[in-house]
Amino acid sequence: MLRAANKTGLVFFPAFDWAIDPTHPEREERLLYTQDQVSEEGVFDIEGIIEYKPDMVTTDEIRRAHFCVPDENSIITESHLISAGGAIALANAVMNKEVDRGFALVRPPGHHAMRVAHGGRGFCHINIEAIMVEYLRSRYNIRKVAVIDTDCHHGDGSNDIFWHDPDVLFISLHQDGRTMYPGSGFPSELGGPNAKGYTLNIPLPPGTSAEGYLYVIQNTVMPILKEFNADIVVNSAGQDNHYTDPLTNMNFSAQGYAELTSLLKPDIAVLEGGYSIEGALPYVNLGIILAMAGLDYKGVVEPDYNPEKLKQSVSITDKIKKTADLIHSYWNKRDQLRLEAGEHGDIQTRHREIFYDTDNIFERQKERVRVCHDCGGCFEIESHATPGNHILAVHIPLNACDACIEKGYAFYDQADKHGFHRVFLQDRTKDIYEIK
Amino acid sequence: MIIGLDVGGTHTDAVLLSENGLEHKIKVATDSSNLFNSVLTGLTDLLEGRDPDSINRIVISTTLTTNAIVEKNLDPVGIIVSAGPGIDPEAFRTGKHYYPVSGSINHRGRETQQVNERQIEDIALELKKAGVEYVGVVSKFCVRNPAHEILIKRILNKYFKKIFLGHHVSGNLNFPRRIATTHLNAAVFGKHKSFFEAVKASLEEKGLKVPIQILKADGGTMTLESSMQFPGQTILSGPAASIMGAIPHSEENQDTIVLDIGGTTTDFAVLVNQVPLLEPVGIRRGRYKSLIRSLRTHSKGIGGDSVIHVVDGELAIGPKREGPAMAFGGPLPTPTDALVMLGLMDMGDKAKSEAGIESIASALNLSLEDTAHKIIDTTCSMILDRARMMVDRINQKPVYTVHDFLEGYKISPEKILLLGGPAKYFAPRIQELSGIKTEVVPAFSVANAIGAATARTTCEVSLFADTEQGITNAPEEDFAEPISKSYSEDDAVETAYNLLREKALNTGADPENIDEVEVVEFQQFNIVRNFSPRGKIFRTKIQLKPGLIKGFETVCKQIERE
Repeated sequence: MLRAANKTGLVFFPAFDWAIDPTHPEREERLLYTQDQVSEEGVFDIEGIIEYKPDMVTTDEIRRAHFCVPDENSIITESHLISAGGAIALANAVMNKEVDRGFALVRPPGHHAMRVAHGGRGFCHINIEAIMVEYLRSRYNIRKVAVIDTDCHHGDGSNDIFWHDPDVLFISLHQDGRTMYPGSGFPSELGGPNAKGYTLNIPLPPGTSAEGYLYVIQNTVMPILKEFNADIVVNSAGQDNHYTDPLTNMNFSAQGYAELTSLLKPDIAVLEGGYSIEGALPYVNLGIILAMAGLDYKGVVEPDYNPEKLKQSVSITDKIKKTADLIHSYWNKRDQLRLEAGEHGDIQTRHREIFYDTDNIFERQKERVRVCHDCGGCFEIESHATPGNHILAVHIPLNACDACIEKGYAFYDQADKHGFHRVFLQDRTKDIYEIK
Repeated sequence: MIIGLDVGGTHTDAVLLSENGLEHKIKVATDSSNLFNSVLTGLTDLLEGRDPDSINRIVISTTLTTNAIVEKNLDPVGIIVSAGPGIDPEAFRTGKHYYPVSGSINHRGRETQQVNERQIEDIALELKKAGVEYVGVVSKFCVRNPAHEILIKRILNKYFKKIFLGHHVSGNLNFPRRIATTHLNAAVFGKHKSFFEAVKASLEEKGLKVPIQILKADGGTMTLESSMQFPGQTILSGPAASIMGAIPHSEENQDTIVLDIGGTTTDFAVLVNQVPLLEPVGIRRGRYKSLIRSLRTHSKGIGGDSVIHVVDGELAIGPKREGPAMAFGGPLPTPTDALVMLGLMDMGDKAKSEAGIESIASALNLSLEDTAHKIIDTTCSMILDRARMMVDRINQKPVYTVHDFLEGYKISPEKILLLGGPAKYFAPRIQELSGIKTEVVPAFSVANAIGAATARTTCEVSLFADTEQGITNAPEEDFAEPISKSYSEDDAVETAYNLLREKALNTGADPENIDEVEVVEFQQFNIVRNFSPRGKIFRTKIQLKPGLIKGFETVCKQIERE
């Protein structure tokens, strides 16, 4: 008789009737073999593993994390609402202490979706984790959240949404951006002037195996997490670091994933990418579930698993150690970095270009943020999408100081609505969202 | 005429039904040390003075299997499992003779590790030496590809006369449950066989020649011969019999809750458009989980004889029974005593009931009458809360497609049907408290036997087709055929339908009663590798729904009028 050491909630929403298009990696079949493996193993019969039905997120819940352009219904489908709702159903179960932890195996993924969303990029339209984090902070008495993104692709959407937020520690481990979509996530990307050091990007060389991943988790992520002392730890559990993944070049395994999970001990894990649907996902997901539940996962190995063949080279190990040391030094200097990032009260401008590979949209952004030593700072984003809309979006963070609230409203009031298709205001202090 | 006989834990009920209605009914105490006697007494009584040739159907439901499990009176069984990657199969150990072996099949049904034939030979010799007669063989993902189980059986054939294979148990995925179910079938086989061979012989002696049908947990019947493969399916057929007995009194296109209120427990079930809901995977009772197809029933420790205490100034009813009500010589007050005291139930020793309620009344600081009413209200509320919980749980069941999420059927009961001894006394209050039309099933004391008599044969077929690998199979039916790339959705359903029809007739269905077929599941997936389509996967599950044999709906309705 198996009994989970940690009561674990699972939301399983494979969206068997939803695909980006019929031969796209993000298609109906993706979680089929995972469902088969998990059902055959009798996972849902294990004492202390509870399956939850996903909720459907509301427009208001999306509007805490995103500016959807021109509006929510134009860029998302029901499946996105259910996928994000799956994460929220688990978040509630964890917060209400029905379970100790939860894992949302949902489709479609979300970690490439940024705050301003004109469409789909990297198979993502809305950011599941960000919507869940904002829900948690609005609904429960939570301030500090850590989001650890272990997908093989840089979680540039989450990176963007939490960029200015010193209350959210965002750490992404991913294949080096010089060799992999989306081509970002370098160690120098450390967050905005008001949150320097609270975004940490750890690129790993192609060919990194369990040894490398676990080294970074043990020696960099865990000590930083401990110091940050989050109220909730979220894992964006992408499964495309696997040695059989068709889109990436890493050497991670089901055993490695299970071990990573048992080291990280996330409160909530959310499935992101992972496209080796037969050779990896059934085993990786099973490994993660057992590790979350505190059960023995030693038997969960791919049929062709050969740890000797997956070993990383000495030069890879050296590179990883160097990156890990660098990241740690950034973290230790974070207060100083923030002071050096700008003068209190100044407005800093940032220009960016964003490509939406899934929907073939090109976006230009001009962001103006108020440098603030008292809070995350308000900001406005002028965004122009081709094809698409030209909008202005103003964000006032949840724990904004009075000066930033005032400045945020000034941004919004001064915006000439005739100059844009839409002007948005997201005031998290009052939990309101306005459009003019 | 048809016969239904239900050997329950306390009573054995038997009925004889004809086109004119209920010809005869019998209720005798069950002799739990000799169930065969109970069956025989029931049948002898029923048949007295009747021409055996006039009987054209006989259905039996017994607690034989249930008793064997409860009393841990199971035969030793050797279980050989090949698991491959995943949870350590040691967690599913069935007993002393349990052997995880090498060999592995993956989720697509492909072999990833070979069986070691030498290892199987060694185990066979060891089991033989230990005097084990029955063996079960279960491999993970055998429902995708049973090759390993078949190979192992071939090796074992020369050592054992009866070998049970996992892929015959069910088309559902669940390795631990498949192990438990295969073990159960093997462990009760000996008892089941000798019991029913004895029943068959004595029926023949009485001149009864119709084949015996046996009731299953899913409220359907199977022939005695087919039950030999799956004796485990007779477990909990009693509660299923009662639910089947309620069906004629439910309405078309309505959701109905069935409550069987007994002395110790109340059983709950749901009918949707006169069809009882099934457990999604298989029978579950406490820690015991199986792949046995079963009606979805819940059981709660509250009934007419539940003990009543006062805890912290509040009434606490159940979950235990410490004997009958005080009115009938029991030690502690029960809801039945409240009924007797109020004169609602004109039986037993009213003075004793009053004495019992008195002790509760003084603890609650209420009048005798108020206390009795409060007890009845609380009992009814507890039963209704549980019924609501069950409906909520069914409505909350996880779904795996956007379509089901948006369109999924939600149960909303419009009728409550009550069965069981104390049912009629509680009915008015249950109707008032729930606001749902509540009726007592006519002749409820033998509704179980009527349900058994009129239940039709049920069965299910799971078919799997993979055009990339060019095969369609239904391992449960020992069916596998090559298919071409053009194999379609319609082909899959047609193949499944033909298999179902064949299976139904083989397990004793009357050709007139095999048209209530339902596609329970249909899934279709494109197999894509390296961005190009390679084929399709079809999965379908179709069933012959639980229900009543034709012609007896009206007969059962007539019983209502009597």
